[in-house]
Amino acid sequence: MEGLTLSEAEQRYYCDLFSYCDTESTKKVASNGRVLELFRAAQLPNDVVMQIMELCGATRLGYFGRSQFYIALKLVAVAQSGLPLRVESLNTVKDLPLPRFVVSKNEQESRHTALYSSDADNPASYSGVIPPPPGRIQVKKGSVSHDAVQQRTSTDQQESTSPVVSPQQSPPTSPHTWRKHSRHPSGGNNERPLAGPGPFWAPFSEAQPGSSTSSDPIWSGHSPPPHQENWVSFADTPPTSALLAMHPASVQDQTTVRTVASATTTNEIRRQSSSYDDPWKITDEQRQYYVNQFKTIQPDLNGFIPGSAAKEFFTKSKLPILELSHIWELSDFDKDGALTLDEFCAAFHLVVARKNGYDLPEKLPESLMPKLIDLEDSTVIPVISEVGEQTGEVGYSSSPAEAPPSKSPSMPSLNQTWPELNQSSEDTAIVHPVPIRMTPSKIHMQEMELKRTGSDHANPTSPLLVKPPDLPEENKMSSSVKFTAGNTVTDGYSSSDSYASDPEQIGSTVTRQRSHSGTSPDNTAPPPPPPRPHPSHSRSSSLDMNRSFSVTPGQQQAGVVAYPPAVPPRPQPSQGAGPHVHRPVDAEGLIAHTSTSPQQIPEQPNFADFSQFEAFAVSGVNKEEEDEIETHSEVLQVEKPSDSASSLRVAKADGRVEDKAPANVPTSAGKGTTPLAPPPKPIRRRLKSEDELRPEAEEHTQKTGVIAAVLASQPSIPRSVGKDKKAIQASIRRNKETNTVLARLNSELQQQLKDVLEERISLEVQLEQLRPFSHL
Amino acid sequence: VLVSIISSPPQNYPLYIRSVPTENELKFHYTVHTSLDVVDEKISAMGKALVDQRELYLGLLYPTEDYKVYGYVTNSKVKFVMVVDSSNTALRDNEIRSMFRKLHNSYTDIMCNPFYNPGDRIHSRAFDNMVNSMMMQVC
Repeated sequence: MEGLTLSEAEQRYYCDLFSYCDTESTKKVASNGRVLELFRAAQLPNDVVMQIMELCGATRLGYFGRSQFYIALKLVAVAQSGLPLRVESLNTVKDLPLPRFVVSKNEQESRHTALYSSDADNPASYSGVIPPPPGRIQVKKGSVSHDAVQQRTSTDQQESTSPVVSPQQSPPTSPHTWRKHSRHPSGGNNERPLAGPGPFWAPFSEAQPGSSTSSDPIWSGHSPPPHQENWVSFADTPPTSALLAMHPASVQDQTTVRTVASATTTNEIRRQSSSYDDPWKITDEQRQYYVNQFKTIQPDLNGFIPGSAAKEFFTKSKLPILELSHIWELSDFDKDGALTLDEFCAAFHLVVARKNGYDLPEKLPESLMPKLIDLEDSTVIPVISEVGEQTGEVGYSSSPAEAPPSKSPSMPSLNQTWPELNQSSEDTAIVHPVPIRMTPSKIHMQEMELKRTGSDHANPTSPLLVKPPDLPEENKMSSSVKFTAGNTVTDGYSSSDSYASDPEQIGSTVTRQRSHSGTSPDNTAPPPPPPRPHPSHSRSSSLDMNRSFSVTPGQQQAGVVAYPPAVPPRPQPSQGAGPHVHRPVDAEGLIAHTSTSPQQIPEQPNFADFSQFEAFAVSGVNKEEEDEIETHSEVLQVEKPSDSASSLRVAKADGRVEDKAPANVPTSAGKGTTPLAPPPKPIRRRLKSEDELRPEAEEHTQKTGVIAAVLASQPSIPRSVGKDKKAIQASIRRNKETNTVLARLNSELQQQLKDVLEERISLEVQLEQLRPFSHL
Repeated sequence: VLVSIISSPPQNYPLYIRSVPTENELKFHYTVHTSLDVVDEKISAMGKALVDQRELYLGLLYPTEDYKVYGYVTNSKVKFVMVVDSSNTALRDNEIRSMFRKLHNSYTDIMCNPFYNPGDRIHSRAFDNMVNSMMMQVC
């Protein structure tokens, strides 16, 4: 709606009234009780009062901010003049007499009225409904000390909506924390759920025993506006004049809708108010709003908002700097001076809460804490996008859509990433499982970056040189497999679909992944250690991802691994059970890549090949194989991405790739490209280290090939009647093997974690040594 | 025990002062103020050395109380001063150093806050909590 322009007299009058109602000297919000009293004193019919409250937006906000109050007063004047209440009339109606309020305190107002001659014109362009500087507020405070208390409740309740607010976007339903009243009960502010308007009213009712009865019905009529008061406050900011403008139509609609809905929900909410136990929970609407606001500052949802921009933004909320500073301290989780999306949402939510009267907590509430997974997702997202941009960074193959979902449970996201990783790295035989770091995204990303770059540099193998451009393609092509926080892994994995992609890519991916292997999935945020040379060096098997992938002509994706014939024939788990494990076993060292890459490939065809291959080469060695094998096998488990969501997620990504000669996919994997339909298993990345273990790393694709082969063989093997049963058994076996592999992977990751910590310690020692030399 | 953060020269005004036994606070303030001279002396004497973690063992031992004053300087010449009772012999140098390190870390966190203008008084609740807990440990 357009800004409210008030004449000078009106402005003065309103200001005084506001001061009068501002019993708590907030200078921002008028006491609802007082306001309600005031409105009662206006002697307007209840429904008119309700309408006024809706129009002014107080019902939406839950309290009367200055702007809402002014608008309400103007509407009162309009109503008293007999004009229909319309938002447009606020500015269009000229020569409105000042609103008259008859109750005892009305006398005072009428006195005020008398004091202020109502100027017909509107000289004072009070557009934007920005409250006058706080200095003016308390002008009449003393004089206004009426006993409007009794009427407060009703008026206040009605004034909760703030007309000013209507932000362009659909503002999230902010918990209408009843700021004033919540204060009355004292202490209980934070307990009140921010999410529900109902609870908001409940305490309010409690606080206003006297008038509650009358006001409640009225209130229920106005469903607590699903909007945050904050919007109001932000609306007050001159720059955000857009917010101020409330489209009358929209307002009407909003109020109408809200009213309708609220009537039903309010009572319900009230009843439920007690059941809300998390006042800090962010509703979806709110979150959406926050996200939109974030976008206005920082289009990249996974980027950061620098401190200065955030400061400007939050300063608009007109909260005192001290409180904003405290909010910042609470929300900047990793203390880096910038806000991620989660941190921003938390901060915004705190601002909203504060404006609604909730006291700021001492510690960040749990529900506002940036979830690690979210962080991971966020890291994933950037990775993906980066990959898409060919930044060469690890791109998570996970669909961007998936990444943004914040708060997705960690496991699912992890699971999802695994398969993707596997798929994308078809080229690189060595698929190094990338441990997913559970640390705040920023640090994590940094670490990932460091590791990636480090690993990339460290690995001379060609695959490492993978062309970033390829990765993006891979990523894009990759199926829904999501990468876990292992950024590096994503590079290679993302392109699960593009099996044909170079093995080099995979190699690089793997390499990258390897570098990330150092990041242990611990929750602490240790300083990103310098990129470590991929342990994969030692391990980087000669997995020849190229070989593995080049094969299977029919299988584009998997490129899978041609299983090197040299693989000592191992008892191949007949069914796919062994595949994972076996694959690695078979792969003469090529492990990860092949396994991962084929996995990333959509799989079935590859599996078919591999499984067949596996059948030959891999005997049921599985367990005996080195860890790598297992891990590789896991990697090879390129089960259908659909299953990826299941538990197995082993990210192995690294180093193996290096070894592989990208292009040569051992043709051994040329088992028929029978589209294997193995039970979908999450694609696992392999630890590079495991690759290294592999003795024969000739063909990168071996592992993947093996696994794929095994997998593929499964269906192919039991061609007879018992095929299904066998398939099931095979899948069971595979799952078990996968579990084993994962367990091993876990242990390896732990080892890597230790290594990383050691490095960190050494770095810290160095730092200490150097400290005395820093100058004053 | 008292912790104080003094801003960089030339202003040298306290950004933050907190003491645990809140009586005699003024005396502590005075002590901190007088210690600034010693700190400056040390700074100039040190030349290149930037971090001065220990110093100011005041020889002044009042008959009624005796205390040790420790100083610490950051790169930006912001000084941290800590006054502890001499009777608290349990406090070793290492502990003092670690306390200063914690102080420094918290101070850095405050600096990261865009709403904090360098030179402002420090009102951060988180910082207060940290300092309080630290001082509790000492006393």
